[in-house]
Amino acid sequence: MNAVVGAGVETGQKGPAPYVRIERLTKRFGDFVAVRQVSLEIQRGEIFCLLGGSGCGKTTLLRMLAGFETPTDGAIFIDGVDVTQVPPYERPVNMMFQSYALFPHMTVAQNVAFGLKQDGTARGEIESRVQEMLSLVQLNGYEKRKPHQLSGGQRQRVALARALVKRPKLLLLDEPLGALDKKLREHTQFELVNLQEKLGVTFVIVTHDQEEAMTLASRIGVMRAGEILQVGTPADIYEFPNSRFVADFIGSVNMVEGRLIEDEPDHVRIECAQLGAIVYVDHGVSSPPDAPVSVAIRPEKIQLSRERPEQTDNVLQGVIAGIAYLGNATRYLVRLPTGFLLRVTAPNVFRHEERLEPDERVWLHWHSSSPVVVTR
Amino acid sequence: MAALALLLTGGGDAVSVSAPAGTRLAGRFAAIRGALGRRAVIALPYAWLAVFFLVPFLIVLKIAFSNIQLSMPPVEPVMVWTADHVLQLRLHFSNFTFVFGDELYLAAFVNSLQVAGVSTLFALLIGYPMAYGIARAPGAWRNILFLLVVLPFFTSFLLRVYAWMGLLGRSGPINALLMQLGIIHEPVQLLQTDFAVYLGMVYSYLPFMVLPLYSAIEKLDLTLLEAAADLGCRPAKAFFMITLPLTKEGIFAGCLLVFIPAVGEYVIPALLGGPDTLMIGRVVWDEFFGNRDWPVASALAIVLLVILAGFVLLLQRVQAQEGEA
Repeated sequence: MNAVVGAGVETGQKGPAPYVRIERLTKRFGDFVAVRQVSLEIQRGEIFCLLGGSGCGKTTLLRMLAGFETPTDGAIFIDGVDVTQVPPYERPVNMMFQSYALFPHMTVAQNVAFGLKQDGTARGEIESRVQEMLSLVQLNGYEKRKPHQLSGGQRQRVALARALVKRPKLLLLDEPLGALDKKLREHTQFELVNLQEKLGVTFVIVTHDQEEAMTLASRIGVMRAGEILQVGTPADIYEFPNSRFVADFIGSVNMVEGRLIEDEPDHVRIECAQLGAIVYVDHGVSSPPDAPVSVAIRPEKIQLSRERPEQTDNVLQGVIAGIAYLGNATRYLVRLPTGFLLRVTAPNVFRHEERLEPDERVWLHWHSSSPVVVTR
Repeated sequence: MAALALLLTGGGDAVSVSAPAGTRLAGRFAAIRGALGRRAVIALPYAWLAVFFLVPFLIVLKIAFSNIQLSMPPVEPVMVWTADHVLQLRLHFSNFTFVFGDELYLAAFVNSLQVAGVSTLFALLIGYPMAYGIARAPGAWRNILFLLVVLPFFTSFLLRVYAWMGLLGRSGPINALLMQLGIIHEPVQLLQTDFAVYLGMVYSYLPFMVLPLYSAIEKLDLTLLEAAADLGCRPAKAFFMITLPLTKEGIFAGCLLVFIPAVGEYVIPALLGGPDTLMIGRVVWDEFFGNRDWPVASALAIVLLVILAGFVLLLQRVQAQEGEA
C-alpha cells in the first residue's frame, strides 16, 4: 500500500530542484523554542507527513509554511521563491484547518468560491470551478447548505474543496482526518491520496497518528521537541529507525538496552542483561566499543515455537504470560527467565491452528537481520 | 397565573404514578421533584414579571382609557357600579385621538426616535472598536479594560449626568481648555444644546453597547480569519466579510439595549438639553406632573410601548430569517 502511494516519487534527495526548501527554520515563543533549526526539502507532487506528538512543533512548522507565524530565523522557498516574509494572503499556498474553519454564515458554494472571489476571478469561471471542485469531492447538490447542516465527513470535504479550488502550489493539511470517526477515516485516507494523484498538488500533512502518516505519506518527517529526527519513506522509518524515539514512536517495538561486546564490519554482538542473552546482529554499527546501545526488535519479527529452533544465535526461552487474540494476529506477552516481558505478534495463518496456551513454555527466535541497533 | 398553571400540571404528573417496585417509585418521585423544581425556577421570574410589569402596565392601560377628573387620583374610574345594579365599563378613546391629532406629540415621537437612532449609531461606531480592542487584548489586560467599561455603574447615573453639566458649563473645564488652546476666544454654549443631549446619551449607554459586542467578538473563532487570509483575503476586507457578519447578533443586541431606553429617556434631555429639546419622555413627564393629565400621559406611554415592541419584533423576525437561511 505504501509502495503504491510512494511509487511516483523518488525518495533520494537527488533529482530535480526541491519544490519546497526550508532552511534552518527556527521559531521561538519567548523562551520556548517551538521549532529549532529545521532544514527540509520537499519534492513536487509529494505527500510529506510531519509526524510527532503534541507540542513537537509540527503545527508551528506548518503555520510558518502558511504564513501565520513569522520565523524567528531561517528561510522558506517555494518553487524557488523566498516566501519567508510574504503574508498569508499573498502566498501560493492553501491550508485545510484541523477544525475545517468553514465560514458558518456562508453556504457550501460560497465557502468554496471565497478564495476565487478574492482573486477577482470572473463570475462564470468561479461558478464552473466551484462545480468542478464539488463534484471532485462528491458534494454536488449540497451547494446551498450551510456548514452546520452537514455531517463531519461532508464538512471535511468542503474544507478540502475550498483549499484546493485555487489550485495552490502547496496544500497544507493540519490533522486532516483527526475529527472523523475510524471507519470514515480509513475511507477518506484513500480518497485523499486519489485526489492528490489526480491533481498533482504537493501535500504537507501534519499528524500525530502514525498509522495515518504511514498510509498517506510518500515520505515522513518524525519530529520531537522542535527538531526533525528522521526523514524517510514509511518503510525506511519503520525498518531502519535512526533513534530510540523513532523506533518507539512508529509502531510497536521491544526496546532492550545493551552493551557492544563485539563490533565487526559485518556483524555485532550485544550483551543484553534484560534478555539474559547476547544478541547477534548481521550488520555493523558505527559506535565506539563498550558504548551503551539499544536493540529494537519488532514484535512481528519474533517467532514462537514449542520445539527448539535450529538456529543457535538469537534463541531464547520463556513462558507465555498473556495472550490477546486480535483476529488477524495474536499478540503474546512472553516472560523471560530474567523477568523481562517481550511482546510478540504472530499472524493467524490457519483457521484450525493449535494455539499456544497461557503459562506454556516456548522458544523464541528471530533472524539476525531483524534487530535494529540504535545509539541515540 | 401561568406560573400557577405550570405548578398544577406538575402535580398532575404525580397523580398518574403507577406504583411498581419501591426503588422505581423513589426514582419517579425524584424525577417529579426535579420537574417541579425546574418549573419553580422558571415560574419565579415569570411571577416577578407578572407582579412588577404586567400589573403596572394594566393600571397604565386602564388610566389611558379613563378621563380626567378633579380628585385623587385625578382620573375617573373605568368600571362603575351604577345605582340600578349595572356594571358599567366606560372606555374613553379620546386620549388616543387627542395624542394622534396633536402635531406636538408626533414631533416629540419623531424627535425621540431620531435622537435615539443617532445616539445608537454613534454608540455602535465607538463601541465596536472598543469591544474589539478588549476582546483581542492579552488576558490580564482584558479584565482591567472590561472593569473600566463597567466602572461608571458604580456611581449613580444621575450624578454622572450632573457631572457632565459641570464639564459642559460656560465656566467648565472643557470651555477653559478650548480657550487655553486658543481654539475659541470666549466660552461657547455647550450645555442645553442637542450636542449635549447626544453626548450624554452616547456616554450613558455606551457600556450597554460594548458588553454584548464584546461577548460576540470574543466568541469569534480566530481560525476563520486565518482561513480568510489563507484564501487571499486581506485583513481589512476579512473584517467586513467575516468578523462583522458573524458578530451581527451582538450588534443587534447592543443596538436594542441602547435604542429602547434612549427613546424614552427623560433625565438626559431634561438636564443637558435646551428648552426646545422635545423628547417623548419629557412630554410624558410634563403631562403627568405639569398638566396632571394622567390619561393623556398614559396614552402616550402606551403608544411608545407599542412602537418599541414593534421594533423588537421586527428585529427578531429579521434575525430568525437570517438563522434559517
